[in-house]
Amino acid sequence: MPVVEVSGLVKRYADVDAVAGVDLTIEPGEVFALLGPNGAGKTTTVEILEGHRDRDGGSVTVLGYDPATGGRELRERIGIVLQESSVEPVLDVREAIDIYGAMYPRRIPTGDLIEMVGLQEKADSRIKTLSGGQRRRLELALGLVGDPDLVFLDEPTTGFDPSARRQAWSVLENLTSLGKTILLTTHYMDEAQHLADRIAVINRGVIIAEGTPDTLGRRGDGETRIEFSLPAGVGIELIPVPEAQRMENGLVRVSTVTPTKTLHELTHWAVAGGLELDRLEITRPSLEDVYLELTDG
Amino acid sequence: MADRPTTARLVLDQIRYQNKLFWRTPIAAFFTLVFPLMLLFLFTAIFGNEEIEGLGVTTAQFFAPGLAVFAAVSAAYSNIAIGTAFAREDGILKRIRGTPVPPSVYMAGRVGSSVYIGLLAVVVMIGVGIAFYGMELIPRALVAATVTFLVGMLCWASLGFLVAAIAPNGDSTPAITNGTLLPIAFVSDVFIAMTDPPAWMDFVGDFFPLKPFVVAFRDAFDPTLTGPQFHWRELAVMTAWGLVAALLAIRLFKWDPKGDRSRPKARKADEPVKIV
Repeated sequence: MPVVEVSGLVKRYADVDAVAGVDLTIEPGEVFALLGPNGAGKTTTVEILEGHRDRDGGSVTVLGYDPATGGRELRERIGIVLQESSVEPVLDVREAIDIYGAMYPRRIPTGDLIEMVGLQEKADSRIKTLSGGQRRRLELALGLVGDPDLVFLDEPTTGFDPSARRQAWSVLENLTSLGKTILLTTHYMDEAQHLADRIAVINRGVIIAEGTPDTLGRRGDGETRIEFSLPAGVGIELIPVPEAQRMENGLVRVSTVTPTKTLHELTHWAVAGGLELDRLEITRPSLEDVYLELTDG
Repeated sequence: MADRPTTARLVLDQIRYQNKLFWRTPIAAFFTLVFPLMLLFLFTAIFGNEEIEGLGVTTAQFFAPGLAVFAAVSAAYSNIAIGTAFAREDGILKRIRGTPVPPSVYMAGRVGSSVYIGLLAVVVMIGVGIAFYGMELIPRALVAATVTFLVGMLCWASLGFLVAAIAPNGDSTPAITNGTLLPIAFVSDVFIAMTDPPAWMDFVGDFFPLKPFVVAFRDAFDPTLTGPQFHWRELAVMTAWGLVAALLAIRLFKWDPKGDRSRPKARKADEPVKIV
């Protein structure tokens, strides 16, 4: 049985449909990313699943419950990691985890959790002394304290610097290895790509694409891009592949569905002519490219 | 599930959690527990602990119960209003809503904690009155004192939740609670002993639920009176205020932080996937 099943979900604010007919299915053990720009409807969707908001239409099942009426039973089995720190700063880390842990029938021991999120050194410090990144790790611990079957992660690394993000990701990977089902929202493509098994792109309240990080959009069968700077004294018309285009930044871009053959022709031509292809780079369209194409055409 | 905490357990945990927060907010602890005592010292020092002419009780017998009630009302009304409004603003209420703790248990925790702290304030104040100012416990009126205390606390706790429900943000709540409680206290026999107040002042005092709390509680410690000292009219006034406030608070209460909180807008470029 799927952990989350959503069909035809609608939420209206005034005259705007913030969510305009979303369908989602999340299977047990899956890490599912809901990816979209700010205001696309991801937080609204997730808050309906968490039971924080009412819906105006459609059907929603989370762990077999309707979140609007699931109450205590449902909330004993989900863990919500909020985007912003929201614990009284006068408590210390261990106390906060103990207080929240005591609400659940099942629980991960406080010591294990502190270790899992790497807060051992701060275990007995007041929360007000924690750095931003440490607070987010505490948030994560509080979301996991009830040993949930389904974890909601709302933009877990928004505002992090790159090294803090890598750190957070390794904690989250740890989590996925425990077999938890995770619903992640993010507006970072690389985050979805890095963490998720499956990604749904949401924009203007509807899901516009869905797939694995590799197959999303046209990415699986898309073209490969070869780029290099035009050697001095060589006109673009001399390049022996027909797809060559000159870019604004002085680079030549070749988009091809047969990269091995095209690259061979290019390098053969260059070597024969004694030319060096500076800044040679071969890339597949990144998820970012696909995403930008999907979300703003 | 076998290890599921009982509702009673959850309520007790919430009370302990709120108590902990109270003791770690020294300013709240000072104004609730120490400040009213300072007023008692001050009043008895200024007026002497003599019998107040026309009232038939000593300064301490008049002021100590009223100040005890004032302290307890601060614990219920001000602490609940301010604490709950800030908890919502900081997203703590939202977090609680996402846990198995039912909203009613959270509320019960806050009320239970304020009753406990209010009781502490009353015991300290009356204890000081007995130890140093010649007050005495009157066993026949203890039941009435207890009932009055509980009804008054529930009434003011409801009013505290109502303020939390309608306050635009946390910062505005101290102004709302002080701006309402202090003026009412001046016409409610808390700070001033008036033998012959103007009629309007009596009327205003009797209308709001503070003076009924003070009068009913004070009479339970008045050695010149007889009988069990149940003040039904006063209890009815407090019950009416409490019920109306509770109904309004339930209708108007929000768990989500109000207003849109800005989020950092970031859209960082993805690294190209290098194949060669």
